[in-house]
Amino acid sequence: MSSVTPRPYLEVKDLTVRFETDDGVVQAVSGSSFSLEAGKTLGIVGESGSGKSVTSLAVLGLHRTRSNAKVTGQIWLDDQELVTASNEEVRALRGGKMSMIFQDPLSAMHPYFTVGAQIVEAYRIHHPGVNKKVARERAIDMLARVGIPQPSRRFNDYAHQFSGGMRQRAMIAMALVNDPKLLIADEPTTALDVTVQAQILDLIRDLQAEFGSAVIMITHDLGVVAELADDVLVMYGGKVIEQGPAIDLFQRPQHPYTWGLLGSMPRMDREVRDRLTPVKGSPPSLINLPSGCAFHPRCPYAGRNGDRSFTDIPVLTGGAHSVACHMSAEERTKIFQEEVAPNL
Amino acid sequence: MVAYLIRRIFNAVLTLLVVTLVTFGIFFMVPKLTGSDPALLYIGKTADKVALDGIREKMGLADPIMVQYGKFLKGLVAGRDYANGPDVTHCPAPCLGYSFKTEQEVTPLLMDDLPVTFSLALGAAILWLIGGVATGVISALRKGSLLDRVVMTGALAGVSLPIYFTGLLASAVFVYWLGWLPQGQYVPFLESPADWFVQLLLPWITLAFLFAATYARLTRANMLETLGEDYIRTARAKGLPERTVIGKHALRSGLTPIVTIFGLDLGSLLGGAILTEAVFNLRGLGYQALQAIKGNDLPVILGVTLIAATFIVVANLVVDLVYGLIDPRVRLG
Ligand SMILES: Nc1ncnc2c1ncn2[C@@H]1O[C@H](COP(=O)(O)OP(=O)(O)O)[C@@H](O)[C@H]1O
Ligand code: SF4
Ligand SMILES: [Mg+2]
Repeated sequence: MSSVTPRPYLEVKDLTVRFETDDGVVQAVSGSSFSLEAGKTLGIVGESGSGKSVTSLAVLGLHRTRSNAKVTGQIWLDDQELVTASNEEVRALRGGKMSMIFQDPLSAMHPYFTVGAQIVEAYRIHHPGVNKKVARERAIDMLARVGIPQPSRRFNDYAHQFSGGMRQRAMIAMALVNDPKLLIADEPTTALDVTVQAQILDLIRDLQAEFGSAVIMITHDLGVVAELADDVLVMYGGKVIEQGPAIDLFQRPQHPYTWGLLGSMPRMDREVRDRLTPVKGSPPSLINLPSGCAFHPRCPYAGRNGDRSFTDIPVLTGGAHSVACHMSAEERTKIFQEEVAPNL
Repeated sequence: MVAYLIRRIFNAVLTLLVVTLVTFGIFFMVPKLTGSDPALLYIGKTADKVALDGIREKMGLADPIMVQYGKFLKGLVAGRDYANGPDVTHCPAPCLGYSFKTEQEVTPLLMDDLPVTFSLALGAAILWLIGGVATGVISALRKGSLLDRVVMTGALAGVSLPIYFTGLLASAVFVYWLGWLPQGQYVPFLESPADWFVQLLLPWITLAFLFAATYARLTRANMLETLGEDYIRTARAKGLPERTVIGKHALRSGLTPIVTIFGLDLGSLLGGAILTEAVFNLRGLGYQALQAIKGNDLPVILGVTLIAATFIVVANLVVDLVYGLIDPRVRLG
C-alpha cells in the first residue's frame, strides 16, 4: 500500500453498533470516528451507558460472538481493516497486537484457574512454540513488572486470593504479556479504592512509557483523563459529542455536556461535599433517543436557537477540536467564560 | 486440604453413627408400640414359653435398648455371637442380624442383591451423566434452535413422567413391539458381560431418562449463565479460539454444580431403583426392600436402610472431596 500520509496506528471510521433486543433496537454506538497514534493515549469519557464499552469491544471484535449485534463502519489497526476481516484474523490479533483490561478484575478472571495459569495461557496462544517452563517464567516476570510481590508464589494463587489492587495488576500483566501495540483499559480503576486507583493509573502510565503502546483509557472520571490522555473523546447517548486534544478540551470545553462533566469533577481546592454535582437528569434511552440533540432534555441552553435543538441532530464541526452543538462558537465561548468557568 | 479431608471424613462417620442409632431406635420401638413380640416373629405363634424365652435370651431381646444397640454396633464392626447357654450362633461382621421370615442372616441375603442394584445404578448414572450433560451443552450452544426446543421438550417429558410409565412404555416398544431387546433376567457380569449389558440396557435407559432430563435442563441453564460471565469475555479477549473458550473455560464452571447434584442423586437413586427393579422384575435391593416391607421383616428393612444410608453418606463424602478438588474457593476458603 502506498498512501501519502501514513494511517494512524488505530483509525476508527463511522463505527456503528446496534443490538436487536426484545424491547427494540439498541443504537449503542452511532457513527463515531477517532484515531490514535502509537505511544499516545486517547481518553473516552461519558456517563454509564453512553457506549464506551461497546466501542472498545467493537475494536476487539468481541461483538462477533453475539448473534444480535451488528457492527458497521471501519476499524483500521496497523493498516488492517477489522470489521470485514475473518473471525480467525481478528482472533489472532486479540490478546496479541491489541488487548484489554476490564473494569472488575474479580469477575474478569476465571475462578477455577490460577492467575499464573491464565497468564501462561494468554502467552502460549500467541507463542505456540514456547514450552510451559518458558511461559511460566515469562508470566512470573510480568507479575513482577506490574509490582506484585513474591510473584513466583502468587503465580499459583487464584483471583479470589488477591486484593482488588493486586488483582487488577495481575489483569494488566495478562493484558501486556504479549507486548500489545494497543491497550484498551475499560474503567480499570472504577472497582478499586481511591488510593489504589492512583497506583494503578501510575502503573499503566509507566508501562505505556516502557512498552510504547497506544492506550485507550475509558472512564467516566474526567480527572483520570486529565492525568493521562493526549486526546479526549466525549460520548453521549452512543455519539461522540466533543473531541480534541486534552489541553484544548480542558481549557476551552465547548459542549454543554462536557461543562456538566467538568462540574462534576472532584477538585482538591473544594470541600468534599461541594465537589460532586453530577449532570442533572438521567442518560437517554438508546432504544428511543430524544429527537434533535440527544442532550436537549438536560441542556440548559436548548432553547437558544429556536427549535433546532429539538428537531435537528447537531453534527460535529470537524477540525482538531470538534463539537456537536447548534450554538455558534462565539456563543459557546461566551457562555463558558461568563457562566461556566467561574463556577468550576 | 488435609484438614478439610479429615473434617469431611469425620462428619461422614458421625452421620453414619447417627443413622444407625435412629434406625435401630425405630427397629426397637416399633415392636413395643405395636405390641408385637420380636421373639414371636422369629419362631411363630405356636411356640411354647420355653422356646420363646430361649430366643429372647439368645437374641438379647430382653436387654435394655442401649445394651442392644451396643451389641448391634459391635456386630456391625466385629461380628457377634448369639448365645443361649451352649447354643451359640456366630454372625460374622458386618452382622445385620437375622430375618424374621426366613431366619437367614441378613448380610449375605442383601449382599446377593447388591450387585443387581449396583449394576443398575452405576450404568444408569453413567448413562444419564453423559447423556444429560451432552444434550444440555449442545442445547445451550444452539439456544433457540429447533434442536434446542425438541431436546428441551423431551427433557420436560422426562422430568414429569413416572418410571413405571416410561419403563412399561419402553418395554412395550423395544421388547414386545420391535423385539430388539430380550425381556429376561439379570445375568451376573462375571457370567457373561454381554448378557449382563443387554439385559440391563432397558432398565438403565428407563432410570437414566428420568435423571438425564433434569441434567440436560440444568447443564443448559448453567452453560448459558457461564457463557455470559465476564471471564468468558476475557478468555475471548485473550485470543483463545472458540473451542477452548467453550471446551475449557465455560465447561469448567458450567459443569461444577453438576457434581454436587450428581452426588445427591446417586444417594437418592435407590428410590428410583426400587421402582425400576419392580417394573423390570429385577431381584435387587429394591425388590428385597419391597418384600421386607410387605412382610414386616424388620431386620431386613433395617439392613436395607443402613446400606442405603451408607451409600448416600459415601456419595456425599466423595462429592465433597471432589468439589474441594475442583473448586479452589471451597478448598482454600
Ligand atoms: N449485548 C448487548 N445487548 C443489548 N444491549 C447492549 C448490549 N451490550 C451493551 N448494550 C447497551 O448498550 C449501551 C451502551 O453500553 P456500554 O457501552 O456498556 O456503556 P458504557 O459507556 O457504560 O460502557 C447500554 O445501554 C447497554 O445496555
Ligand atoms: S445542540 Fe442544543 S441541546 Fe444540544 S448541547 Fe447544544 S445547546 Fe444543548
Ligand atoms: Mg462500560
